[in-house]
Amino acid sequence: MITLENIQRIFQVGDQQVHALRDVNLHIEVGEYLSIMGPSGSGKSTLLNLLGLLDRPTGGRYLLNGADATALSDTQQARLRRDQIGFVFQFFHLVPRLTAAQNIELPLVLAGVAGEERKAKVQAVLEAMGIADRAHHRPDQLSGGQRQRVAIGRATVMNPGLLLADEPTGNLDRASGHEVVGILEQLNARGITLLVVTHDPELGQRARRRIHMVDGAIVSDNGTVP
Amino acid sequence: MNATDTAAFALTALRGYRTRTLLMLLAMAIGVASVLILTSLGEAARRYVVGEFASLGTNLIIVLPGRSETAGGGMMFFGDTARDLTLADAQAIERSARIRRIAPLSLGEAQIEARGLVREVPILGSTQSLLEVRHWEMATGHFLPSGDPNLANPVCVLGAKVKQELFGNDSALGEWVRIGDRRFLVIGVLASEGRSIGVDVQEIVVIPVASAQMLFNTSSLFRILVEAMSRESIAPAIEHIKTTIRDRHQGEEDVTVVTQDAVLATFDKILQALTLTVAGIAAISLGVAGILIMNVMLIAVSQRTAEIGLLKALGAPRRQIVTLILAEAALLSALGAGAGLVAGELGSSLIGYLYPVLPMGPPWWAFLGAVGVALSTGLLFAVLPARRAAQMDPVQALSRR
Repeated sequence: MITLENIQRIFQVGDQQVHALRDVNLHIEVGEYLSIMGPSGSGKSTLLNLLGLLDRPTGGRYLLNGADATALSDTQQARLRRDQIGFVFQFFHLVPRLTAAQNIELPLVLAGVAGEERKAKVQAVLEAMGIADRAHHRPDQLSGGQRQRVAIGRATVMNPGLLLADEPTGNLDRASGHEVVGILEQLNARGITLLVVTHDPELGQRARRRIHMVDGAIVSDNGTVP
Repeated sequence: MNATDTAAFALTALRGYRTRTLLMLLAMAIGVASVLILTSLGEAARRYVVGEFASLGTNLIIVLPGRSETAGGGMMFFGDTARDLTLADAQAIERSARIRRIAPLSLGEAQIEARGLVREVPILGSTQSLLEVRHWEMATGHFLPSGDPNLANPVCVLGAKVKQELFGNDSALGEWVRIGDRRFLVIGVLASEGRSIGVDVQEIVVIPVASAQMLFNTSSLFRILVEAMSRESIAPAIEHIKTTIRDRHQGEEDVTVVTQDAVLATFDKILQALTLTVAGIAAISLGVAGILIMNVMLIAVSQRTAEIGLLKALGAPRRQIVTLILAEAALLSALGAGAGLVAGELGSSLIGYLYPVLPMGPPWWAFLGAVGVALSTGLLFAVLPARRAAQMDPVQALSRR
């Protein structure tokens, strides 16, 4: 599904060049469950952003479903993000003035899906996430775990093939963290490719494939294709 | 993303930041309302002046003693009078097929006394034709008698207010009043209201022109009102008047002839220009409101960095972000303009209510103009913030909490 070839990402900080990613090669198959771990500044978030097409590599090639994603225009990348990729963030990033249902609906609205279809999809996702009774609450009326479930619902309502989670439990207590991980793993079990960036070794160990990064390079990978 | 959804999303943004929205609506509304109120003031002034002149009569030619060098400009002023304009001049002018009727005017101020009550009033000396020339109406009795204008009949016609003040609700017909040092018999009361050239018709007393000349001890006329047969005969009538006066005044054309149409057209033009100027000034305040919208939208964009970053992550291309921000600005401008229309309409109605003499009411182009400028400035000034939002780096936007 994903192939990274010699990916470089260099940031210009003042007059210094920072190598956030050095020569990263990675192949991910459809339906895999990966965790990316490593200390702060090791480049794991940068890698996630590149995979999510929020950032462009300085060098190298990124093939998504066999097509070169680095060469795409802004609009084409946006369309891929919309249809293929779901994001889950540490700080949820829900729109505070919208209800849970409206937040989940947002990608459908942006995609121009018709009202009736939207309603049905949102309802299905709300039920799958177990928050149907909170549909008309705004984020500030929801608990952390509920917020993250809304965020996951929003990430999956377009049925993407790839789900990228950046410290999905980083801002949650233990119990709701477990719930959220459970939901993510269920989604993976149903075929979605799941990629989790985390500091938390316990969360990281749950993944079938574990990648460690240090200083912008992959130092260990227990997967089949290094 | 369809238009309804775009508008709905923009609406949630407006509702989510109430203070900001209210302040911007206020700025827009004040701008639009001031355009409407100022233009309707200007229009009211124009209509008022035009109405004043129209009430003078139709196909009217006004002859003033004295020659002014610039045509049409001497209306309100007295030039250096070489020769008096006399009743004989007026009678000579009347002898033309182009002229329907004339009314010589003699104006002065005198005390009028009845039943021991004294009042200072403008006295208008004229003939019977004045009634038709000026389109006045009688409340009771008759206007001045027809016949030789050189006869100084001791009769008078009272303005409605004068009659009310001197006689109250009693009938004034057949009563004697003293004007200056002469006695006059009241033969009628005017019904007409309104003003014309600075004199309130309700406050005047009309007496035969010969009587007025005796009263004020003069043989000259204040002016001669001439009603032409038709609109087309105005020009030949003026020629006739000038020739007649030249013949009678030893070759000197020492009168000024003004047509009401010319004066009217000039005033109309001047006041139209005035209204446009005032509207322009008001439009600047709308422009300021537009700049305010830009500032607040810029702040809004940086406040909502995370939201915009999120929209990008969810797959909104740049163009869509621009559209969303512009929709928000358009909605704000439209709502503000709507509120301004209501406020402006109320404001000008209020002024109209407080000063009933002003025919208030914004002209139709002011509505279009105000709303048009509001929408276009609102949109124009939102382009910069919208582009800034579209250019935002989603990674940075989302890295902050």
